[in-house]
Amino acid sequence: MIENRPFVTVLAHLTLILGVAIVAFPIWITFVAATHDALRMTQVPLPLLPGDQFFVNLKTVLFEGVGGENATPVWLMMTNSLIMAMMIAVGKIAISLLSAFAIVYFRFPFRMGFFWMIFITLMLPVEVRIFPTFAVVANLNMLNSYWGMTVPLIASATATFMFRQVFLTIPDEMLEAARVDGAGPMRFFWDILVPLSRTNIAALFVILFIYGWNQYLWPLLITTDTGYFTVVMGIKQMLEAAELSPEWHLIMMTALLAMIPPIIVVLSMQKMFVKGLTETEK
Amino acid sequence: MAEIELKNVQKSYGKVKVIHGIDWQIKDGEFVVIVGPSGCGKSTLLRMIAGLESITGGDISIAGRVVNKLEPAERDIAMVFQNYALYPHMTVRKNMAYGLKIKKIPADEIERRVAHAAEILELTDYLDRAPKALSGGQRQRVAMGRAIVREPSVFLFDEPLSNLDAKLRVQMRLEIKKLQADLGITSVYVTHDQVEAMTLGHRLAVLNGGYVEQLGTPIEIYEKPATMFVAGFIGSPSMNLMKVTIGQEGAQAMLPDGSGINLPLARSELAGKSVVLGIRPEHFDIGTPENHHLNLSVGVVEQLGADTLVHGLIGDNPVAVVARFEGVQKFAPGQALPLQIPADAIHLFDSETEKRL
Repeated sequence: MIENRPFVTVLAHLTLILGVAIVAFPIWITFVAATHDALRMTQVPLPLLPGDQFFVNLKTVLFEGVGGENATPVWLMMTNSLIMAMMIAVGKIAISLLSAFAIVYFRFPFRMGFFWMIFITLMLPVEVRIFPTFAVVANLNMLNSYWGMTVPLIASATATFMFRQVFLTIPDEMLEAARVDGAGPMRFFWDILVPLSRTNIAALFVILFIYGWNQYLWPLLITTDTGYFTVVMGIKQMLEAAELSPEWHLIMMTALLAMIPPIIVVLSMQKMFVKGLTETEK
Repeated sequence: MAEIELKNVQKSYGKVKVIHGIDWQIKDGEFVVIVGPSGCGKSTLLRMIAGLESITGGDISIAGRVVNKLEPAERDIAMVFQNYALYPHMTVRKNMAYGLKIKKIPADEIERRVAHAAEILELTDYLDRAPKALSGGQRQRVAMGRAIVREPSVFLFDEPLSNLDAKLRVQMRLEIKKLQADLGITSVYVTHDQVEAMTLGHRLAVLNGGYVEQLGTPIEIYEKPATMFVAGFIGSPSMNLMKVTIGQEGAQAMLPDGSGINLPLARSELAGKSVVLGIRPEHFDIGTPENHHLNLSVGVVEQLGADTLVHGLIGDNPVAVVARFEGVQKFAPGQALPLQIPADAIHLFDSETEKRL
């Protein structure tokens, strides 16, 4: 819509500014809180302008952690979160690519049956099957390990379905041309299918990385060793830290740090993300 | 360089038979065109030769080797697809080199073959572009380049020109013909376009419903169509077919409007029978009111510049007839146009078996 009426322009800007403010204000508060000391955070009213304790807080949080002597330093929690998110995102993409490849390009008995079995697991997220899954993981001795944190989350119906749709848009002639060229199935997969799904893989990676990063319930259940704590569950536990009042300036600093990796992922893959979700021409 | 031999080749999907036993020999270096209406099985037949489709019965041999069970890559063929099927994420160079790379041909040899093919096809300046940045004609050329670099014994073309506009199609048609003549590689070309069918091949196979209706040189097929189907399919506009009765001595055919026409040779065996008479639109001559075989009541007149098409009806039980005359001719709709039929332009077909008589 192209219009040239000043009033509409102003209204449009006001709406957008209001929207940005609603989203950005809590983040601003988080940032401000992270720059003050513990004392200032207990006084009313809460500060709206940044203080001078940013680097002090950053150092404390990163290397000492929150909640006294045996707290987990946030750098370790961030690393755990990163490993978990990467394993989940990469694992999900790898498994889904391969299962979609099998479902679309191979004729085997009960092909559609398998597809629907995978599809039905959409209705069974971790939260629903949490106790049996916990039992399985515990019996496999995978408690307190990165494998235990990620493997049960890796199977993905959504991603499989998405890659199936992507593969279906690739013309059959592409496969036939590759066969005439002498490419075997895996060669075709690596040389043709994966490069052609590049943007979709990127889009999915963004979504899955954030999904993995934000996992809360499952790592909470599966880890008792503080060395495996992730940052998202760490924040929650900082709030319950003993009988002391919550150290808001440090908690907010942790929250701020926890926001950064997803932001980096989104920003760096923004272009591919949009392309992957909208591009239809192959 | 190789001959292709089909022996009783059949294909069925479940109980539906789509190719009914085809026997056929294609000589070394020959350019054969398969033509037919959509759904006649022509693409299926080509894909069976390529190995993209399994065969239900019979044998296919290429260069004396039965290839029934071989993968396409092992058959020493190259195929050009209708939608080109270029790999969109690879440059022109990589598209052409991909098959060779898989075959583990040394890099300098690949480089040499690609450069050579690019030169033949005038693609040298485009080698580092993505297919997306090429025009339809250039993509078509890349697809052919990919076939050429393989140096196969057989080229297979699956309607390669049908995605191009009319002008490019004419140009590419000539190029393909020239290329095939230069390289001398046995080629099978599938099309539904009869101009391509008539001009490209040494031999033409007309396929209908999974049967070969006729196999011969394009001119043989034009001049002596073996069946009514071939008669109607080859030639544009298609041959006029009308029911006639052969006179008592077998010397005359009685046309729908009651007039008789002398047959070039008396066919006493057909005397009194009802048959189908065919005449190509371009074989009519304009007669005079006193001396004519047919009176065409003119309907629509199409002026094509180079020639004029007259659509009209004849007889009391009207039969639609098309006549084609050279140059620009003026006819008024509703006018009665007297037409002569030269005796040697007459084709006769059995009205039941539809075979040529």
